[in-house]
Amino acid sequence: MSARPLLRGGLRLESHKTRPLQQSVQPMPAPSTAVLALDQGSGEEAQAVVTAGTRVRVGTRVAVGCGAATDLHSPVSGEVRAVEPRPTASGPGTCIVVASDGRDERDPDLEPLDWSALDGAALLERLAGGGLAGFGGAAFPTAGKLALARAAGVELLLLNGAECEPWICCDDALLRERASDVVLGTQVMLAACGAARATIALEDDKPEARAALEAALADAGDSRLEIVVLPAVFPLGAEGLLIAAVSGREVPSGALPPEVGVVCQNVGTAAAVARFVSEGVPALSRIVTVTGSGVRRPANLEARIGTPVAELVAACGGYGDTPPAARLIAGGSLTGRALASDTVPVTKGLNCVLVATAADLPARAAQMPCIRCGDCAAVCPVGLLPQQLHRAAHADDPAGLARFGLADCIECGCCDYVCPSAIPLTAGFRAARDRQQLHEAERRRAAEAKTRYERHRRRLDEQVDAERRAFEEARRRARGDGAGGN
Amino acid sequence: MNFATLLPALGVAAALAVVIGAALGWLAARLRPDPDSLVERIDALLPQTQCGQCRYPGCRPYAVAIARGEAGTDRCPPGGEDTARALATLLGREPRPVDPHYGETRPPQVAVIDEARCIGCALCLPACPVDAIVGAPRFAHTVIEAQCTGCELCLAPCPIDCIALQPSPGTTSRPRASLATA
Repeated sequence: MSARPLLRGGLRLESHKTRPLQQSVQPMPAPSTAVLALDQGSGEEAQAVVTAGTRVRVGTRVAVGCGAATDLHSPVSGEVRAVEPRPTASGPGTCIVVASDGRDERDPDLEPLDWSALDGAALLERLAGGGLAGFGGAAFPTAGKLALARAAGVELLLLNGAECEPWICCDDALLRERASDVVLGTQVMLAACGAARATIALEDDKPEARAALEAALADAGDSRLEIVVLPAVFPLGAEGLLIAAVSGREVPSGALPPEVGVVCQNVGTAAAVARFVSEGVPALSRIVTVTGSGVRRPANLEARIGTPVAELVAACGGYGDTPPAARLIAGGSLTGRALASDTVPVTKGLNCVLVATAADLPARAAQMPCIRCGDCAAVCPVGLLPQQLHRAAHADDPAGLARFGLADCIECGCCDYVCPSAIPLTAGFRAARDRQQLHEAERRRAAEAKTRYERHRRRLDEQVDAERRAFEEARRRARGDGAGGN
Repeated sequence: MNFATLLPALGVAAALAVVIGAALGWLAARLRPDPDSLVERIDALLPQTQCGQCRYPGCRPYAVAIARGEAGTDRCPPGGEDTARALATLLGREPRPVDPHYGETRPPQVAVIDEARCIGCALCLPACPVDAIVGAPRFAHTVIEAQCTGCELCLAPCPIDCIALQPSPGTTSRPRASLATA
């Protein structure tokens, strides 16, 4: 056994997962209007290939992804109303608005995929057309991640079923009901990335999910797959930390997991992959936990991508009155983002809608100065010194931020949670990152302007030179002609 | 008698002074501070808008003037407070705010040509220091937004005033939602 602890720091938090898990996953009806954000949560926008008026069916591709964006498919049949900016969970962004005709006609091109007959590269290419993205929250293209892993020759495919956030339970619900889909998806992804074995990691507070998964594994009889049970500690579900806990290998700063021979995928993504190969249906829906004391009947809903959050809340009985809902949060209580309105649509990266009351998330006490107690350093799961980072961020000192490892901060919020002075540390780090990015963009712009300016000057100088030469030439000729004429 | 005992010490001190002096003299000649590298470092801090508000014909000429001690660090309105402070820090001078005489600091902006009104005179093309305007005589011109530095140098040559400056959309990052627990 290694002496290394599974996780350094971290928090043991009170779980709030029982209420949504009391009933099975509720399928949501198709929305009358689907709003497809071109940025599904990864931070990059896909390129729309439809315009207002285009007729689409269920599964018709409406946007092409590149980089960190995936293909988007229409979740309903009907007509594209507009491609316009709308509020999304990550701020205003361009969205494709599709009005449903209520018929739910499937695109005839959608066909099941005989994945076992394809080799890895061909399989990756087909998976890329499925719009599959990380359902854990980051929404990074699944095929792209698997391709990177294949190129690096990884040996372990790690399935992330660790939901360490205290309110989120969509993966738990999924594993309870569709463990066989997860197993099939894992097998497909194993074939695509070329890893030798797969490990499905979940926490010890999910005994039902574990039992279902064990049954599914026994049915599949695939010796390459195994289950690992971990303690329920926040934020063990973060990719790098889970890899370190399961494989004992730490992903180096600035590197990606394939460097240590591991690729990590969410269990929800695995289920979506299974659906894509067995039914030909691209990523059109996902399970979203709608929870919090501010909603009448917390539940896990299977909602189509593009369904407004308001419809999810309505399907759970609407907002409660006693106690009143105070805040709406996309994601969990520690790493989620506050939503300004419930008109924002479900995206591939949205795992939870938390309708919190004042008692669920007590208001933060007034901020006091840092007393340098070091509590934040004790809980930081990536071993940073948040108090030093805070100082550097406060002084806007880029060298200090780099030295204390701002780039390695996973923004888990553990330091905020324990800070006795109630300093919003993580928010400060996010802001410092944004400032750095802005600064970087400005520098790039300035460098480009400089080269263009130098080229401009050189060209003007050459022009002036050429004109002078031409003028002198003409004068000489004129003088010569004049002399000859006289 | 005492004086005689001091002689060797004085001799050694004098010899050392000569040797060290010669070495310093040689090194000063050999390791002359490179004026170009200072200009480069100053130029790297300037915003490269090439607007000429500092009364020099571009960012580099201004950097040269600063390096020679001919110009102060307070002449760059587009760079604003941050640039003025960075320049003063680099040169070890007292930081001074931008002199409003040279213009006011505004948020980043880009030029936009009203293409319906543009007569295609091509006068703004050579005026643009970064070649960010595309066009040809008697065809409507347009500004490449990503390349425009917002220097305003195209405004004066335009005979029909169809160029306007707008806040730059590229440099304002999308505000990120606040932390849920904040």
